[in-house]
Amino acid sequence: MSLTFFAFFAPFLAALAAPVLVRRMGAAAGWVLAVVPALLFVHWWGFLPEVAAGERITGGYRWIPSLNVNFSWFIDGLSLTFALLITGIGTLIVIYAGAYLKGYPTQGRFLSFILMFMGAMQGLVLADSFLMLFVFWELTSITSFLLIGFDHKREAARRAALQALVVTGLGGLVLLAGLIVIWNITGVSEMSLLLATGDTLRQSPFYLLALVLVLGGAFTKSAQFPLHFWLPNAMEAPTPVSAYLHSATMVKAGVYLLMRLNPAMGDTAAWATILPLFGGVTLAVGAFLAIRQTDLKLMLAYTTVASLGLLVMLTGVGTEKALAAAALYLVAHSLFKGALFMVAGAIDHEAGTRDLTKLSGLRKAMPVTFTAGLLAALSMAGLTPFYGFIAKEEIYYALSGTWPAHAMLLIVAVLANALMFAVAFAVGLKPFIGAPVETPKHAHDGPVGLLAGPLLLAVTGLAAGIVWPLAHSLFADPAATAIAGQPITIKTGIVPHWNAAFMLSLVTVALGIAFYVGLGRLRAIADRVVTGIGWGPDQGFDQFTRGLLGLSVATTRFSQSGRLETYMTVTFASLAAVLLLPMILGDELPGVPAFPQARFFDWAMVLIAAVGIIAVVWAKNRLTAIVSLGIQGFAVAVIFMLNGAPDLSFTQFMIETLSVVILALVMTRLSLTPSDHRPTGSKVIDLVIALAVGAGFTLLLLKVLERPLDPTLATFFADFSGTVAFGRNIVNVILVDFRGVDTLGEIGVVMIAGLAILALIRIRVSAAGNRREMREAK
Amino acid sequence: METLLALLIGVYLTAAVYLMISKHTIRLILGVALLSNGVNLLIFTAGRLTADVPPIIAYGSVVPAGPVANPLPQALVLTAIVIGFSFFAFLLVLTYRAYRDLGTDDSDHMKLAEPDGVRPPQGY
Repeated sequence: MSLTFFAFFAPFLAALAAPVLVRRMGAAAGWVLAVVPALLFVHWWGFLPEVAAGERITGGYRWIPSLNVNFSWFIDGLSLTFALLITGIGTLIVIYAGAYLKGYPTQGRFLSFILMFMGAMQGLVLADSFLMLFVFWELTSITSFLLIGFDHKREAARRAALQALVVTGLGGLVLLAGLIVIWNITGVSEMSLLLATGDTLRQSPFYLLALVLVLGGAFTKSAQFPLHFWLPNAMEAPTPVSAYLHSATMVKAGVYLLMRLNPAMGDTAAWATILPLFGGVTLAVGAFLAIRQTDLKLMLAYTTVASLGLLVMLTGVGTEKALAAAALYLVAHSLFKGALFMVAGAIDHEAGTRDLTKLSGLRKAMPVTFTAGLLAALSMAGLTPFYGFIAKEEIYYALSGTWPAHAMLLIVAVLANALMFAVAFAVGLKPFIGAPVETPKHAHDGPVGLLAGPLLLAVTGLAAGIVWPLAHSLFADPAATAIAGQPITIKTGIVPHWNAAFMLSLVTVALGIAFYVGLGRLRAIADRVVTGIGWGPDQGFDQFTRGLLGLSVATTRFSQSGRLETYMTVTFASLAAVLLLPMILGDELPGVPAFPQARFFDWAMVLIAAVGIIAVVWAKNRLTAIVSLGIQGFAVAVIFMLNGAPDLSFTQFMIETLSVVILALVMTRLSLTPSDHRPTGSKVIDLVIALAVGAGFTLLLLKVLERPLDPTLATFFADFSGTVAFGRNIVNVILVDFRGVDTLGEIGVVMIAGLAILALIRIRVSAAGNRREMREAK
Repeated sequence: METLLALLIGVYLTAAVYLMISKHTIRLILGVALLSNGVNLLIFTAGRLTADVPPIIAYGSVVPAGPVANPLPQALVLTAIVIGFSFFAFLLVLTYRAYRDLGTDDSDHMKLAEPDGVRPPQGY
């Protein structure tokens, strides 16, 4: 158990080591770092026998017991298949990235991000508790942001990164809300327990709310139409990222979530309507848009969108066959799409372009890459004996078996598969055949690091097809079982049987060949359609961000006018309201106090202070203002003196003297008059606000004085100053002993103020320069 | 006496707020100085007044002989006076610098950091 616990953190530790390793040993670090995912792969592989036998393994630790949050994992057919894909392909990707970014100055950082992402993705699929799932979910969004924006000097990369973060990050928050709703409905916060409480969830009046929120998370992450646009843009990332995050793993997180929740949330009318609808539209739109591209990566990206739509659709259809098809296609797609992306990257890396129209006849120059590309394309095209064939057969089985309920979906699936057939060969075959052309770089096969990944994945796709009973029993059967929540055994193999599904396969192949031959014309048609529509969600995103920016500018301009006077007026008006309104509305105004009883010298000092204050306000020249300020200050000092506070009195005398001296020094240098320049109208308004604040404080104090004073603290200090702190002046004891840290803070404030004053006086900026800047700003 | 001071505090805060709403930084500073005194008196008075008996323990005993002035507000106000002064001095020098460098004491014209009509960058 502790080894599994450690497995969650291993990728993050490797991520820490990556920059150091790359600095020490250069690009070879990729091979060393790949050991970590390889070991993880081996670790998860160890669970295969148990899981294939139908076991579900849970484990973990209590994390925040008071909130019932655990660090717990859940290993069944589905999560284990995902974990093996993530770590297995991850191993190849790290090796590939080592070669792909060889000599790139920030390669260490790149490998670090990739490993961090791997850790997040692995945690996501294995997490049992909702909060863990959410944390890892958001981590994948963040690492994806870092990886897409890796080449952050290009604006397109920055935009794509931000777009992916906004879409998937928002989706993550929606998902969190959905998980909390589910938590509230069922009372459980762990996936393994949730699967048993599906009926409670489905019968709840909040089921639809929970479903919509969860779908919000899943659809954004898995790029379902109309939120698909971020995925093609994410191709701004270096190719290893596209191969790993945006085909094999991260974008499948949404699909994973839907599959995971299928036993608990599926099998309802809403589920069986929304999922096939969105999935079907995404499948059609993705396949159609893929044809339009000439960039190998973009073609693959759009077919990935289509494939994700297909998976969502199958999960929504929800029949036993459909779920089996989803499990098969999930594995097959990760293998061939990851391989094709890496092939596209290798072509780009070695030939210097990945534009389909500029590539031809590379088979002699890049024979190994060609082999990998062709094998992967054959699997993607769904030809026997590749694993992709079995997946496609099962899809057609599932959709035709319920004829005519899913007729529409079946038509979409056939057409889209035919289009993907064409794209598969456009990427895996077309650049390699025909007459060799001049490419920007002199093309040749890449180093072992660039070849190992695509070749291994493509060969695995073939091997899985050949030994399909084994592959089924290890991956597809347990995964399908976990998705369905009941045992499923897949019987479809590589030997075609003469039935409806095989007929549809033949139709797909025939159409696919036709599409491949007519690719140029098809592209022109697709291009015209898209240009005809003109607007897409991608532009919508720009409009959305511009609108958001405009809104924030407007809000800021409204609330932050940049005028001190406004801030002051609003602040003090609010203060007056806060002081007065509760007292008036709550009928808590103080009673009329008795006429003040005071000694004549008390009266005298209060009057002197009041006169000083009024004189400050009314002063017409500098000297009057300064002197008046001094008068009120000294009056306060005397008031302190008369009321048993000699320390305060002494301090006040010192401070007032200093204040007056400094004020006099500064004001005489500034040829400023303190007189008021406000127009009468605004003077009246200001006076009303000021009076309200003053009255508010007077009333508040009178109210306080009506109640008896709680003497606890005063008594405490009087009792313990002498006995504990051995001081006679209680005020001093409080300052330096009981509240010594406070006084330290006070000294700190004085010191910082002093330093700031020094800086203001000493640092000389040319006054003329500043004025010029101000004029320019105007 | 407390009632009397409550009224004085009202005068203090009225004057302080009236001065601080002004556009002119020098009046703002005068307002801050008055605010500081007003608030200090507020805290002081809220702790009740005891005339002429400072909170000091006589020689030969460990607790005050009779009732003394409440020491806690005194300690708080003592800290506040010093901090208020630091703040006042800093503001004063800041105004001085602003006047020297920007040539105005009108806060409406101090727009170096937030000039009007500047749009934020539109790209990514």
